[in-house]
Amino acid sequence: MASPLLRLEGVGKRFANSTTALEGLDMEVRQGEFLSLLGPSGCGKSTALRLIAGLTEPTTGRIDWNGAEAARDADGRRSIGFVFQEPTLMPWASVFANVHLPLKLAGVSRGKAEPAIAEALELVGLEGFRDAYPRELSGGMKMRVSIARALVTKPRLLLMDEPFAALDEITRFKLNNDLLQVWRQLGCTIVFVTHSVFESVFLSSRILVFRARPGRVSAELSIDPNQPRDDAFRTSPEYAGLCRETSLALARAMEAR
Amino acid sequence: MEHSPFRWLLPIAVLAALVAAWEAVVDLNNLPPYVLPSPLAVMETLIKDRVVLFQSMLVTLQTTVLALIFAVIGGVGLALIFASARIVEFSLFPIAVILQVTPVIAVAPLMLIYLSTDTAVLVCAWIVAFFPVLSNTTLGLNSVDPNLRDLFRLAGASRWQTLTQLKLPTALPYFLGGLRIAGGLALIGAVVGEIAAGSAGQGSGLAFRIVESAYRLNIPRLFAALLLISLAGILIYAALSLLSWFVLRRWHESELGGPA
Repeated sequence: MASPLLRLEGVGKRFANSTTALEGLDMEVRQGEFLSLLGPSGCGKSTALRLIAGLTEPTTGRIDWNGAEAARDADGRRSIGFVFQEPTLMPWASVFANVHLPLKLAGVSRGKAEPAIAEALELVGLEGFRDAYPRELSGGMKMRVSIARALVTKPRLLLMDEPFAALDEITRFKLNNDLLQVWRQLGCTIVFVTHSVFESVFLSSRILVFRARPGRVSAELSIDPNQPRDDAFRTSPEYAGLCRETSLALARAMEAR
Repeated sequence: MEHSPFRWLLPIAVLAALVAAWEAVVDLNNLPPYVLPSPLAVMETLIKDRVVLFQSMLVTLQTTVLALIFAVIGGVGLALIFASARIVEFSLFPIAVILQVTPVIAVAPLMLIYLSTDTAVLVCAWIVAFFPVLSNTTLGLNSVDPNLRDLFRLAGASRWQTLTQLKLPTALPYFLGGLRIAGGLALIGAVVGEIAAGSAGQGSGLAFRIVESAYRLNIPRLFAALLLISLAGILIYAALSLLSWFVLRRWHESELGGPA
């Protein structure tokens, strides 16, 4: 089993309006895995992601970066990429400038960042669109820019918060395939929040099923990471069986009170 | 319809028809010029009195533009202070609202007591132009996409980086919208100030020419001055629209169809 990258121990999160998003959450993220957090809306899976990113602090419990050095880049900064549910691009900036942003904020000039930006755009298949503006792109292409922006710093950990939820199925399948390819190519760790059983089974090497009120992990499923994930897999009986198993786990999680 | 010549021709034709009707009404009823001058008489006066009228137009335009510049400096400056500390916004915003809701015509006499005529007119124009710049820029600075803000935090952006690369670009379309309103209001403020000042002489603006013409029953000249004020307003609006289009044309929905 891969070594853990980080571990959440007894993590709870209560918001100012006294709703409890998470309580007693124990989970770990292992190096190099594709981990999906699956659950109904309001189960705290996005909150868990924001806690890992450090965008918000846990009310109780702690987050232990045991493999911390693996999650830091050469400058000692925590190496995390974050992809939101919306593309979240700056409408006033070109695709190139949007992807440049994380490096620019770290003080890397346009010229110095150019190879990394070109590489990130190539990874998501947008080489020809560097001078386009976000409004000129389709929803799927905007999401690709958003992913390129998250990848441009070559993060060891990529956090994705329902990134494809707003896209049509055809675009989503395409992006699923491309995301898996990027994951294999970069060898990074991905934590992927979704409410789609089919998406989680197709993508993940491990799935954590969340239950709501208060949010915590209700079930864990592993999927053979060596299983090729292609269109043949998508229509295979194995895939259907795994989806059935996951759906049952999700149904049980939603019943549990 | 979008690109057909009718878009241009139709409004021009309507305007021409109105002017022709005006001319016809005056000619058919033999109206004396001190009741209603014909468009031709107005044009004649405009040409005959061009030196004094254009001089006045320049004065009014200068006041308006200067007031607009100060409104931008004050409005954006205060909005930036508001954005950096909510407590300042809570404390000062009511005062800005009071400045805005008190009719400037009522404030003008007071200004004229305390300040020199030119300065008083400028302050009147500034008071009315200042508020839309302030309130729109404040709105824009507070409209930052929360996800983008998180992204900047995640990337460890400094306050300065967040301001210049996130907040200011977000606020830009709002600011430009406020500026367009402020342009029209600055002209109104300048005119109100000039009318309240009512001072004769070299440096007087178009509004004073109107008051003066009314006293002298020089109605053609009154119309001519009115025409120039409209022209000044259109010029300011066109200039600000062009600026807005130039800045936003690449990315903002409001400017995708070309200049307004």
